[in-house]
Amino acid sequence: MKSFAPLVPFIAALSLAGSAQAQTEIQWWHAMGGARGEWINDLARDFNASQKDYKVIPTFKGTYDESMPAAIAAFRAGNAPHILQVFEVGTATMMASKAAIKPVADIMKESGIPFDPSAYVPAVASYYTAPNGQMLSFPFNSSTTVFFYNKDALKAAGVDKPPTSWPEVASAAAKLKAAGSKCPLTTSWMSWTQLESFSAWHNVEFATKNNGFGGLDARLAFNTPLHLRHIENLANMAKQGLFVYKGRGNAPDATFVSGECAMTTASSSIYGDIKKNAKFAFGTAPLPYYPDVPGAPQNTVIGGASLWVMAGKKPAEYKGVAKFFEYLARADVASESHKRTGYLPATKAAYTTTEASGFYKANPGSDVAVNQMIRKTTDKSRGVRLGNHPQIRTIVDEEFELIWAGKKTPKEGIDAAIQRGNEQLEKFARTAKL
Amino acid sequence: MAQEKRVVFRSGWLPWLLLAPQAAVIGVFFFWPAAQALLQSLQQQDAFGLSTEWVGLANFQALWADASYLDSFKTTALFSVLVAGLGLSISLLLAVMANRVVRGAAVYKTLLIWPYAVAPAIAGVLWLFMFAPSIGIVAYGLRALGLDWNHLLNSRHAMTLIVMAAVWKQISYNFLFFLAGLQSIPRSLIEAAAIDGASPWRRFWDVTFPLLSPTSFFLLVINIVYAFFDTFGIVDAATQGGPGKETAILVYKVYHDGFKALDLGGSAAQSVVLMVIVVTLTVLQFRFVEKKVQY
Repeated sequence: MKSFAPLVPFIAALSLAGSAQAQTEIQWWHAMGGARGEWINDLARDFNASQKDYKVIPTFKGTYDESMPAAIAAFRAGNAPHILQVFEVGTATMMASKAAIKPVADIMKESGIPFDPSAYVPAVASYYTAPNGQMLSFPFNSSTTVFFYNKDALKAAGVDKPPTSWPEVASAAAKLKAAGSKCPLTTSWMSWTQLESFSAWHNVEFATKNNGFGGLDARLAFNTPLHLRHIENLANMAKQGLFVYKGRGNAPDATFVSGECAMTTASSSIYGDIKKNAKFAFGTAPLPYYPDVPGAPQNTVIGGASLWVMAGKKPAEYKGVAKFFEYLARADVASESHKRTGYLPATKAAYTTTEASGFYKANPGSDVAVNQMIRKTTDKSRGVRLGNHPQIRTIVDEEFELIWAGKKTPKEGIDAAIQRGNEQLEKFARTAKL
Repeated sequence: MAQEKRVVFRSGWLPWLLLAPQAAVIGVFFFWPAAQALLQSLQQQDAFGLSTEWVGLANFQALWADASYLDSFKTTALFSVLVAGLGLSISLLLAVMANRVVRGAAVYKTLLIWPYAVAPAIAGVLWLFMFAPSIGIVAYGLRALGLDWNHLLNSRHAMTLIVMAAVWKQISYNFLFFLAGLQSIPRSLIEAAAIDGASPWRRFWDVTFPLLSPTSFFLLVINIVYAFFDTFGIVDAATQGGPGKETAILVYKVYHDGFKALDLGGSAAQSVVLMVIVVTLTVLQFRFVEKKVQY
């Protein structure tokens, strides 16, 4: 025992340090890079400064489809984070994993923090709500699909007003090309913008069973004449060099910001990035549509992500999570986030706060996404909630690349995507029922 | 060749003890994961591993029913032959050249060995940057030469891109071994051949190359294994298997289905198939190619 004596003061000091550090740490894994990553860090910093009991530690874990597997691997190894940001297409997977998550509604209730789901923007809240009406995840950063255009380029090509319909987009693209544009139109998130939002916008189903809200036996349905017509149009434009494919996911965003592509359909959340980095005047407009389709335009579907709380943590930590969510939902904080990023306001109060601040008047176009989303939704337009949805999006990317390359006709590509996508849905229904 | 040396251990346990560290490493890092893969290939799990169901060979049946999986064999064969073939021949050429350099040899060697320190994903990104259709400097140059480079939609371009990245990454390793092999060839043999009037070309093919055959054989095995197993990071960073599935080699599909699509059962089944292929290939190489090797 004697040999330990010199260590005693050291150990005492250590345990003292331990008790001085009474702050409960909350691990928050997110997928926000660049300007959005700074936003996340600022939120955590401001929350940590606003109180003394909890410390939120944000960690960037790669893109959405990297951070979710990372968290799942961590969960399997027994050290999942408290809060995990999951993109909307991962929602069905998270919902099906009931033992891995703790519903946000429960956390708020157990921590005694008033929580009113009806305060949230309905189209967003309903997406993250279970069939029994319980809100499962915190709607943190929701976006939707909008149309961005390069004002300078359109002006130079002699297009006076931004196109609102697909035929107008085609003619504007032709003018842009004639004026020397190498990339008149591109799109990010092929499946999300050109199929999922496109379907809701025209009030047709992307998948049966109300796009998956009605059960696990939903099947893909984007082979209607309208879908085929649209993809054929895009394929024709691709052949003429009017539509230029710039890759999967959000990779094409950069080609708009750099000025290479003059028009794009993308997530409303890149507004901040464009504003910060584009060296031209740009505009935001609603997604184009086909005017001869009855009921169009309806509303677009949600994108972005929500915050899920993982199961198996200590009550004190859950209390910290609840406090943090309460902070994020505060009208001034949520409004500031909305203004800064271009994500939708999380709550109705945040929307009115933003409106009252005169932001929409000062930044024309920044309200486009909100207006597309706050309409009354139909069963066909509420959103898309399918199992294995990320895989289905990859399948759409793969099959459509063969269309743009001229290796498959639009019909062949769509049929193949539906067949392969349905296999994914069947597979999910099997494992989800286990 | 040196006479075989045999050491006889007196005690029965000492050899086992000496083997134990290596056996433990192989056990933990090879046999245990391989056994896990075998086990998981017979199961289906949800993403979080909360429920597990034994499904027998259903995962394998699903693979054979998947046309894109069968196509992936062709893609992989083409990719592996290109990577191993180009990787070996280019690095042999470089090694022969570097072996003749007298001034500044260390600089050349260092530069050639450098890429080995680069992680596969970084290698993929590096090449992607150079060849990105809109911003890549090489793509820009190619366009000036009249070639409209677009690996996003042109499958030949995409395959070229990942082969280049994979080869570039592996050249250093091959180079190092070839150089060591070349330097261990006695100069007297080559000088004797030169005195007999053999041209440099003949000296290489009749003297140097046969003496390099143990190195070449070893590298052939290593390069095939590399192309089959070690290249998913490059594919993921550069093409993500696109356009379509035209650069989705087998190991990329293992990675994608397991880590992105979270289908562990299907992914494990694929890795078992991959394991069988590589073991078979390696056995075949030892059985047939090794006979031509002169130690």
